[in-house]
Amino acid sequence: MYATVLYLLALWSGFFVMGIELLGGRLLAPYFGSSIYVWGAIITVFMLALSLGYLAGGRYSVHAPSLRRLGIIVLLAALCALPILLAGDTLLDALAARVPDPRFGSLLAALSLFFVPTLISGMVSPYAVRLLVAERQHAGERAGRLYFVSTFGSAAGTLLTSFYFVLWFELNQILWGMLAMSLLVGLAACLVRPPVMA
Amino acid sequence: MSRGAPALLALLYAAAAPAAGTLIHSERSQYREVLVYEDAGTRCLCFTHECAIGRQSCVLLAQPDRLVFEYTRMMLGALFLTPDPHDILVIGLGGGTLPRALERLLPAAHIDVVEIDPAVVRVAAQYFDFKATAQLGVSTEDGRAYVRRLLRAGTPQYDLILLDAYERQYIPEHLLTREFLQQVRQLLKPGGIVAANTWSSSRLYANESVTYHAVFGDFYNLKSGNRIILASAGALPSLEQIRRNAGRFTTAFEPLGFTPDTLLPLFSMQQDWDPAARVLTDQYSPANLLNALP
Repeated sequence: MYATVLYLLALWSGFFVMGIELLGGRLLAPYFGSSIYVWGAIITVFMLALSLGYLAGGRYSVHAPSLRRLGIIVLLAALCALPILLAGDTLLDALAARVPDPRFGSLLAALSLFFVPTLISGMVSPYAVRLLVAERQHAGERAGRLYFVSTFGSAAGTLLTSFYFVLWFELNQILWGMLAMSLLVGLAACLVRPPVMA
Repeated sequence: MSRGAPALLALLYAAAAPAAGTLIHSERSQYREVLVYEDAGTRCLCFTHECAIGRQSCVLLAQPDRLVFEYTRMMLGALFLTPDPHDILVIGLGGGTLPRALERLLPAAHIDVVEIDPAVVRVAAQYFDFKATAQLGVSTEDGRAYVRRLLRAGTPQYDLILLDAYERQYIPEHLLTREFLQQVRQLLKPGGIVAANTWSSSRLYANESVTYHAVFGDFYNLKSGNRIILASAGALPSLEQIRRNAGRFTTAFEPLGFTPDTLLPLFSMQQDWDPAARVLTDQYSPANLLNALP
């Protein structure tokens, strides 16, 4: 149960990051268009946020790591994604008005809406590795399995969002749905008891 | 693969490919391949090899003023709704056929063109004799960003806006939403006209129709291979008025190679779509997915 929930968190945060990234392009298009540099800005911000998230997650895993804390990381990422829903349009409108160059306008927009939730989501994988690895011999195997699960989640998030969700739902409905899912898996992690022989 | 296979494949490919003619220019832009083919005195701009998914623009080299494509002629049907436009916006340049025709037809008009791809602007200038002048300006920018910028800046308004940014293989989805059309409508002077060249023959047809209807109310629908939507920011002129206005262009259309009355039978206000279809919005805009579905 403990390991299942751990992998579930990794799977979900991979899904969550790519889902938001794809929807990010949609959110910015009415304000900055869908030029190649708008996608460039979005991908840059996600990559940068993830890279720093890995660093932060590894660092945070050093002291008193627990599944409960990992659950809180996932909940926090969802919380920090809330402004996309609550203030996205206001912010994008203001930025598009103040920054005439659409390259830097979209970069600033992506930074302010997606950087923090993506950074926090990036913390999940290295933190989860710490919880999974008991002895050195299996460290690579566990880490490999975890990256498999999390990147598979990213692939699923990309495909489902771009092929189906946008055809069935409105952007905000998809975002609320993803936040609800984060709440669910985050709470599950907070409630599951660690195995006796951790 | 056996040694004969590549030759066989080449043969099959040659047989299957449409005769696009000789490739005289090719470049890879930020967005796509921009290709120019020439065949028997016709020069065409294509975004796919051998023009496999349609030609964007064609000119007859001996008669460059003639409008080769029916859709460009149908787009000029917008002039029957607003015969004397002073300020015109064209979103999507292609080979520049449409803005050039408008420039010749309306020497007093001011025309702004927005094209996202700088390579297309270059190729139109080099191979299709498209020249920016004091009367005809080109901005290299995303159409939606341009419209938003203009709305913010104040009131440079248009009598006529032509949307020619949709391709058969790709629709810029943010240019086919209720919010975008509302912005376009705001850029129009009272009674201004919007003309949109669209492809849709798929499930998108109904969604597109209800979206335009949500913003402009009833509109004229011209169908013949392509589909042209002609809508108004005010009252839609009657067919009688359209017929009268069309008569004014008999001589002017001559160098373009057609007569206005060939367009008149195409004007229809019949709502041949499911009115319950979902309106496309910035929140819901899967235009390309809908276009790909049967």
